[in-house]
Amino acid sequence: MTVLGGLCLWIAFLVGIWGALAGFVGGRQGRRDLEQSARHAVFAMSVALWVAVAALEWALFQHDFNVEYVASYTSRNLPIFYTWSALYAGQKGSLLFWASVLSLFGSLAMVLTSRRHRALLPYVAGVVCTVATFFISVMLFGQANPFHRLAYTPLDGSGLNPQLQNPGMVFHPPMLYLGYISITIPFAFAMAALLSKRLDVDWLVAIRKWTLLSWLFLSVGICLGMWWAYVELGWGGYWAWDPVENASLLPWLTMTAFLHSVMVQEKRGMLKKWNLALIIGSWLLSIFGTFITRSGVISSVHSFTQSNVGYFFLFFLIAAATASFTVYGRRLPLLAAETKLESMVSREASFLFNNLLFVGIAFSVLWGTLFPILSELVQGTKVTVGPPFFNQVNIPLGLALLGLTGIGPLIAWRRASLPNLQRQFAVPVTVGVFTALVLLVGGMRDFYALMAIALGAFVAATVVQEFARGTRARHRQYDEPYALALGRLLGRNRRRYGGYIVHTGMVILFIAFAGMAFKTETEATLRPGESTVLKSPYGWTYTFTHLGVSQYDALNRQVTAATLEIARDGKRLGVLTTEKRQHVDGLGRPTFQPSTEVGIRSDLREDLYVVLAGLVNGTEQAVFRFTINPLVWWVWYGGMIVALGGLIVMWPGGTPAVKRTQAGYAVRLVGEGQA
Amino acid sequence: MNAGTKFAIGAVLIVGSVGYLMASGVKQTGQYFLTPSELSQKIALDPSFYNVGMKVGAHVVPGSVTRDLAARTLRFQVTDGSARYAVLYRGLPPDTFTDSVEVVVEGRLQKDGIIYATNVLAKCGSRYEAVPKA
Repeated sequence: MTVLGGLCLWIAFLVGIWGALAGFVGGRQGRRDLEQSARHAVFAMSVALWVAVAALEWALFQHDFNVEYVASYTSRNLPIFYTWSALYAGQKGSLLFWASVLSLFGSLAMVLTSRRHRALLPYVAGVVCTVATFFISVMLFGQANPFHRLAYTPLDGSGLNPQLQNPGMVFHPPMLYLGYISITIPFAFAMAALLSKRLDVDWLVAIRKWTLLSWLFLSVGICLGMWWAYVELGWGGYWAWDPVENASLLPWLTMTAFLHSVMVQEKRGMLKKWNLALIIGSWLLSIFGTFITRSGVISSVHSFTQSNVGYFFLFFLIAAATASFTVYGRRLPLLAAETKLESMVSREASFLFNNLLFVGIAFSVLWGTLFPILSELVQGTKVTVGPPFFNQVNIPLGLALLGLTGIGPLIAWRRASLPNLQRQFAVPVTVGVFTALVLLVGGMRDFYALMAIALGAFVAATVVQEFARGTRARHRQYDEPYALALGRLLGRNRRRYGGYIVHTGMVILFIAFAGMAFKTETEATLRPGESTVLKSPYGWTYTFTHLGVSQYDALNRQVTAATLEIARDGKRLGVLTTEKRQHVDGLGRPTFQPSTEVGIRSDLREDLYVVLAGLVNGTEQAVFRFTINPLVWWVWYGGMIVALGGLIVMWPGGTPAVKRTQAGYAVRLVGEGQA
Repeated sequence: MNAGTKFAIGAVLIVGSVGYLMASGVKQTGQYFLTPSELSQKIALDPSFYNVGMKVGAHVVPGSVTRDLAARTLRFQVTDGSARYAVLYRGLPPDTFTDSVEVVVEGRLQKDGIIYATNVLAKCGSRYEAVPKA
């Protein structure tokens, strides 16, 4: 099977080169035969790559340890679930997975794109083939072939790192990859629009949905990653501003900016240059992210295998950036704005500021991530910045953005009048100020947390007001009962109200993040029967009593579990178990370092988070770290609501596309009339 | 004043505050990231370098680790091949900490020649792969 897999890689490589040539040449010369051939090349490449994936999975399930990849990431005693996910546990498999998914997305784009955008497709095929061929060539020429065989056959594999043996790790990487990879499709459409000079509003329609899809995958992937870090790594938080985390956040920020500014282009014909730059930038950032995670140029606790693969990516990144911005630069004259900004107090202005903030945050994150390299280049000494830097810079910017989340959707296009402002903001502003006062009186003195909650209340009030007004209007106009009116309101204006749901999720996330300002922590060494106390930010006193330690063998690990009794203000709440796991191979010999299984007891207000650091000299005397993390559950809820809102916005149907374009067209005509 | 100019002022304000936040952030939170030899050179040139927060990236000296789990203290030495420093860390080391890994030690070097660490990050060369069989 590995012979077949290797062969498929070569086929995909050659087909990819042909597809790229046929796509670009066919598109330029308008030759139908070449265009058709490029389209078929995408399909053929996809089939070849998925056969290769099947071949690798086959080798994994057959425990064919003669294959280096199989021996490196699995073992006979690895649960089946994780054997399957070992496909993307290592670099080589990830590259294969990446190329396969890209070719699949490319095929979908070929099939799903409506006739109106047919002229763009040969170029889209060309870009998809180029990018996929790059990934395949890394596998073939960068010593990263997943089908590479060893000179001998080990009896058993090395097994999968225990930290990856977590359900979160089965779903987190593919989601993140899907997000990263699918950015290539909007990028391909953007390049296609630039190359074919079809730079009217049409290309936007083709791009927006794909951007939304990749934004959704990326959002879910980031949230799953936070969840995994929280339950598995045991340091007590979910976000550490590690370079790898930042790398996933960067394209998310620029794509979010795009999803907002694209509305300004649709409605007002402005920001075309900016939008194209955002799409190209997002894609380059996704490649940049792969480069930093794979090359080890930046020290990260996450660093994956360090290898020369990173330099392939650096080369590709530079080449791709040069090529795409050259094309972009040559088409700039075609991207002139159709209208001008009329007033500072308008929706377009608030979206412009929103975009500046998103890009500002992205820039500061990029700067902080690269700072060790930059400072070494400039000063000769490495200087690093850590979480304090990112928090110090991004909390104020994030809060400004949160405020705009409330203002942007409600303020009128073009020029807001005073009555419009009063009508829209009287209630929400009152709610926000009132919340701030209540918190102040309640004794909250953390400025940023207070602002986050007050601004959150303001934004939530704008959303509720919008839903209430829309529902009431339908109720009056169509005589629908309130529940039905609400449902139809959402169903028939998915983009707008789905967007509000995303905003609600973001508000919840911000408030949950603010909760971490009140985190408390203590460490203790306890004999059975001994206890320690920790005060929660809500004023309760928790007592943790060490009950005892048990040790037992599980499928592929030896478990040391400590059980604690928890009481709140003297009242017993229950028991919590926290484990230290030593993974073993088929013969019972230890593999990997011991890993932590955190004991977590969650409710809506706070999480009790207990880590067993170890036993003292093998006795039952155990060392623990106790952490109280307020509002963590709301991070997961907020993430789910964001994803739900994204799904609603994306769901096919709703306002027919034709109507929407006509509406945009009408507005443009009015705008042009005045200009 | 037309809207474009006003917007430009707003934009300059935003860009300016991003820039200001970044500059002050780096100034207030930036830490030197040094190898043990770089640290010993700095100290030789400038004795005021004691008791300055920094990060030191190095290898743990095999066999130098003494753990006192009950007291939650960890003593070890780090080296980059030439210079060598003793580290004292009060706290719980990460799971991946052993005497053969690369670490990033966050802390302050004191006059007694010991780095008093506030945080220890362990980094396997390839964290997501198995330790090579010895």
